[in-house]
Amino acid sequence: MEKKLPKIEIIEKYCKGCHICVEFCPTKVLEMQGFVAAVKNLEACIKCMQCELRCPDFAIKVITE
Amino acid sequence: MAFDYEKYIRPGKLPHIWCPGCGHGIVMKGLIRAMDSLKLDMAQTAIVSGIGCASRLPGYMDCCTLHTAHGRAAAFATGVKLAKPEMNVILVGGDGDGTAIGGNHFIHACRRNIDMTYIILNNKIYGMTGGQFSPTTPTGAKASTTPYGNPDPCFDIAKLAIGAGATFVARGTSFHANQIDKLIAEAIQHKGFSVVEIMDDCPTTYGRRNKFKSVIEMMNHLKEIAVPVKAAEKMTAEQLQGKVLTGVLYKDETKTEYTAEYAKVIERAKAAK
Amino acid sequence: MSKKVAFLQGNEAASYGALYAGCNFFAGYPITPSTEVAEVMSVELPKIGGKFIQMEDEIAASAAMMGAALAGFKTLDSTSGPGLSLKQELIGMACISEIPCVIYNVMRGGPSTGMPTGPSQSDVMCAKWGTHGDHPAICLVPSTVQETYEEMIRAFNLSEKYRTPVLVMPDEIVAHMRERVVFPEPGEIAIEPRRTPTVPPEQYKPYDTSFGDVPPLAAFGTGYKFHVTSLNKGQDGFPTTKAEWVQAEEERQVRKVEANADDIIEFEEFQLDDAEVVIVAYGSTSRSARYAVNEARKQGIKAGMFRLKTFWPFPYKQLTALTGRIKGFITPEMNLGMCHGEVERAAQGKVPVMGIFRVDGEPINPDQILDKIKEVK
Ligand SMILES: Cc1ncc(C[n+]2csc(CCOP(=O)(O)OP(=O)(O)O)c2C)c(N)n1
Ligand code: SF4
Ligand code: SF4
Ligand code: SF4
Ligand SMILES: [Mg+2]
Repeated sequence: MEKKLPKIEIIEKYCKGCHICVEFCPTKVLEMQGFVAAVKNLEACIKCMQCELRCPDFAIKVITE
Repeated sequence: MAFDYEKYIRPGKLPHIWCPGCGHGIVMKGLIRAMDSLKLDMAQTAIVSGIGCASRLPGYMDCCTLHTAHGRAAAFATGVKLAKPEMNVILVGGDGDGTAIGGNHFIHACRRNIDMTYIILNNKIYGMTGGQFSPTTPTGAKASTTPYGNPDPCFDIAKLAIGAGATFVARGTSFHANQIDKLIAEAIQHKGFSVVEIMDDCPTTYGRRNKFKSVIEMMNHLKEIAVPVKAAEKMTAEQLQGKVLTGVLYKDETKTEYTAEYAKVIERAKAAK
Repeated sequence: MSKKVAFLQGNEAASYGALYAGCNFFAGYPITPSTEVAEVMSVELPKIGGKFIQMEDEIAASAAMMGAALAGFKTLDSTSGPGLSLKQELIGMACISEIPCVIYNVMRGGPSTGMPTGPSQSDVMCAKWGTHGDHPAICLVPSTVQETYEEMIRAFNLSEKYRTPVLVMPDEIVAHMRERVVFPEPGEIAIEPRRTPTVPPEQYKPYDTSFGDVPPLAAFGTGYKFHVTSLNKGQDGFPTTKAEWVQAEEERQVRKVEANADDIIEFEEFQLDDAEVVIVAYGSTSRSARYAVNEARKQGIKAGMFRLKTFWPFPYKQLTALTGRIKGFITPEMNLGMCHGEVERAAQGKVPVMGIFRVDGEPINPDQILDKIKEVK
């Protein structure tokens, strides 16, 4: 079965680099690149939405179908 | 699907002013999801606050918003609600704003059981002014004005609210983000004065002074100390030492609501005329 | 048809005046000697579907009143000295956020708890300078029960016209004396409605100066979603620290009252035409002054009275104009020289200003004033 990957949108001008999304992602999809969050390993995403839920800055959107 | 928060936020207002990792943004998202789940009419909704970092929240929300003086939110909101009982009135503010300078208005809003929802963002500190201790700062903790440790005992906001007569009292944390919207939604639906305390964090002024290396540690601490009310029933007093209960802590649907009671005053006055 | 007449106490007249002006919301906290206003409003407001609430303290009362005002109501709060002190932060907010409302403050002995049942006129400076920061001030000082009734109507009208808080401040004597009041017919005195926006909600800005120095104010719950803050704000109502916006907004807030001083200032000229000695008085003190003027005239002294009905803005211009033809001013007041200082500013050193000050809880009697009149050479 083919796994459909989500689109993870990080709004860089909102991101304040707090690490929350990176630390609470259960499958380590995200990383910090300088002061902003970035997607490192999209394949591993299980679409749990934790990052979107927890980001205090409205900076992450996990777009699934 | 991604949740469309910006539908509820005034255009051009993001990014907000809060520091990196500040818990207030997480609570604001919970409030937005709650309002969305209830399909509140934004033009018929007023959000009222006092002064503090938490109190800056209304400015972002696309409804009728009122950012008042330090501590006075509950009193302003009482005026709005009594004038227009058909409006949804929501209060937001910090622990300092609501329980120190605004403590008197807070307990009296509870006592009146006026149909409003008060969301207290309890980061246990005066964030905006640089980290002085508040009525919820733990005894012994460091604040900019308790350099040798806080000698003051602290308030349990939920117990204070229940004791003063609020008829719906709940507590959540910014770690348990997906519970925030549910608690707030239930509080808004409750007819009477509802209080939702969300324990969150001020990494900038509280965290570092109290040996939390990062906001992640602070959030994990909230996770460790939180015990859902149901789970607590099966725990011993010893096990509950140092824990805080979360979930809906109190609900009373028998007490009459203030604006409904005042409507009866109007009826009686008109009959006596 | 003859008009309705009643024998009323000042505080009662104030309440009925407020109701005539369309007041439909009252929030207060009991304090002698103003409590009768709360009592009358608690009886009358619910009869007309209005709202009355007794709050937990004076700050809460002002807050509730301002909240209701933003919900579109015409609101009143009543208090006395110590309560007026407590309200100051919110009076400042009503000024900067431009929330129309009326505060009725009966002047009793002070400072602090002072003399709760004793008369005084010592809150007039607090009415202008009590709250911090630059701000406009309108303060009316009635001297009869009838005038208290009428000035309450004028206060509501001014608060709407200039979108600002207005204080009505009788002294305890006026507030508690009983006199005949002739009520105006409905419609006889024009009532200033709230100026609400004509633009659709999307275009509305709560401090939009394209509508002049007094921008229209929408009400919560009428489809307009807007922000009100106690911080310095821009025309859109949102906080700003942008220097030129802050400067412009603060200047406008003060200007809308100061530039319209002629519309706001009312006074009575009593025997002033040929007067050589002019008593500047207000409130109950002006009643003694009137008597003293009549006595002086009987004794051949050309005395007259300039009676303030509006204390703020202060009628500097009108008083300065008198300096060319008079020998001096006399300022009797139940404080240690508050109006006196303003009259000195108006006199510009051209004529002497002589004060009669009492803070012992006793009214100033006509003989004291008459004696002073005789001193003016
Ligand atoms: C009358 C008055 N006193 C003091 C202040 C200063 N002040 C501003 S915010 C604040 C404390 C805010 O703490 P809290 O309500 O907990 O909000 P937080 O910033 O932590 O979110 C204080 C003391 C003020 N603005 N007004
Ligand atoms: S949706 Fe879940 S798994 Fe995917 S990036 Fe976000 S937190 Fe990680
Ligand atoms: S949680 Fe949000 S603000 Fe924090 S690093 Fe991730 S995207 Fe940036
Ligand atoms: S100072 Fe603290 S409460 Fe204020 S925005 Fe920063 S982290 Fe949040
Ligand atoms: Mg705080």
